[in-house]
Amino acid sequence: MDIDVKKIANLSRIRLTDDEAKALAPQLSSIMGYIDKLSEVNTEGVSPTAHPHDVAMPQRADIVTNTDRRDALQKPAPRTESGLYVVPKVIE
Amino acid sequence: MPFRSLSDIQAQLNAGERTAVEVAQLYLDRIKQYNDDLNAFVHIDAEHVLAQAQASDAYRADHEPRPLEGLPIAVKDIFCTQNGPTRCCSNILEGFEAPYDAHVITRLKEAGAVLVGKTNMDEFAMGSSNETSAFGGCKNPWNTDCIPGGSSGGSAVAVAAGLTPAALGTDTGGSIRQPAALTGLVGLKPTYGRISRRGIIAFASSLDQAGPMTRTVKDAALLTSIMSGHDAGDATSVADAPNFDWLTACEAKDMKGLKIGKPKEYFIDGMDEEVRAQVEAALKKCEDMGAEIVDISLPHTEYAVAAYYVIAPSEASTNLSRYDAVRFGHRCDNPEDLEDMYARSRDEGFGDEVKRRILTGTFALSSGYYDAYYLKAQKVRTLISQDFKEAFEKVDVIATPTSPIPAFKSGEKTEDPLTMYLSDIFTIAVNLAGLPGLSQPCGFAQGLPVGLQWIAPAWQEDKILAAASAYENATDWHNQHPKEFGGET
Repeated sequence: MDIDVKKIANLSRIRLTDDEAKALAPQLSSIMGYIDKLSEVNTEGVSPTAHPHDVAMPQRADIVTNTDRRDALQKPAPRTESGLYVVPKVIE
Repeated sequence: MPFRSLSDIQAQLNAGERTAVEVAQLYLDRIKQYNDDLNAFVHIDAEHVLAQAQASDAYRADHEPRPLEGLPIAVKDIFCTQNGPTRCCSNILEGFEAPYDAHVITRLKEAGAVLVGKTNMDEFAMGSSNETSAFGGCKNPWNTDCIPGGSSGGSAVAVAAGLTPAALGTDTGGSIRQPAALTGLVGLKPTYGRISRRGIIAFASSLDQAGPMTRTVKDAALLTSIMSGHDAGDATSVADAPNFDWLTACEAKDMKGLKIGKPKEYFIDGMDEEVRAQVEAALKKCEDMGAEIVDISLPHTEYAVAAYYVIAPSEASTNLSRYDAVRFGHRCDNPEDLEDMYARSRDEGFGDEVKRRILTGTFALSSGYYDAYYLKAQKVRTLISQDFKEAFEKVDVIATPTSPIPAFKSGEKTEDPLTMYLSDIFTIAVNLAGLPGLSQPCGFAQGLPVGLQWIAPAWQEDKILAAASAYENATDWHNQHPKEFGGET
């Protein structure tokens, strides 16, 4: 199977050099080739499994339970200022 | 002492023969002596360990001891813990300190455990050999040329070499059971949803489950009983899960009336003949103890690995999209713009195996391929679950080898990811079906430990605990320890 590794890398937001993409292409093709085994299985009328057990989506009352932990949660961020996350310029 | 079980250490502490500080110091000394050879621990703060032990001794002086009072337990670097680094053994989390404890860690602390440190693992739990860690791989104490198995390899090595009496791992496709098997330990993956996943760094959300790695079945039961229970903070934690008395479940002495299913798909051509012989001998032993061995078939087993390597990378590609260099994690120097910052930071932070799985998952979920891969794999997953349901109408538990081969040499499979992926061929189906599975030692092949895997219906861990306890009582494999690391006690 031919996989456009650079395109997939772009969708994944991972920068790959041409050499890295070239090295990964046969590995991904081999993995996807193995995965193609799935096409042998007749799944007509079979429902997909989303959760391993037959359980209902949990719900809770719509009330605020969080406390203000902004400082603690922002501590691991690479750059913050005045309680905001700082990123490179997005709009020219 | 270093190879004592949690239960033995607990008895010594309760009898006043040792203090928690003495126990902690003994294991800290062992870590100091052997960790450079094994690379099992990636973070140790001896001062903090001794402070916890002192607090435990002080608590014991004034109160009835809690269920894990003063017992040392190591945790895989995937569990978020306050007061120290949590890195999932990845460069993208260099310098990260979690602002909260994982739910499981809170439970252990409340039960009086002394947290020893963080153990090595495959980066983001992606691997079957513990060779993808940003800290380098760790070594199997039975033969240091060999891998310990992955991804919870550091936890396995720490327990197997007597650097801690117990450790926690996580199991997405076999990552507790496979390293437990390859290092001669008990490893339990509980039913999916029994233990909260909150604060455990996510790999594949519909598969990940935490569990213990211990010397004995009873120790595994003790730890799981503490870790279990509904957590409203985790939407995948199941409320009102059926429960039982975990320690009573370990009191079985025989297997009278127990029907054990032996699936033909788990005794395949190409598996190691010594492994096959040891597992066959273990089943014969079970028969001698009163069990009935029933030949069964799980016909969709051969598609489990393919389904897994669509579902797990797809969920991983989604979960790992949170590493965007904005809220936490590595950020590249001088990004030109936002796109450059995302792409370069992720390229620099993730290792090769993690990138390979993100790319596989992104491809499987991409436009035009979703139905052919992801949806198809989820349907095959349903058929795999149905196979187990039908089998459990005929038998109480299922027994298989945990791994088709003993521990292999470091570097032997790293060049070919597909061959590596097939290492988990006997453990993956259990995760896809959300069932409990336990591996326990049942012999040696080429001088390396062999694991016997037990599988039960969902929420019926008591059945595998009973079977595994009875087998453990009748054999001596769990008392074998690697001699190079002082395994004479």
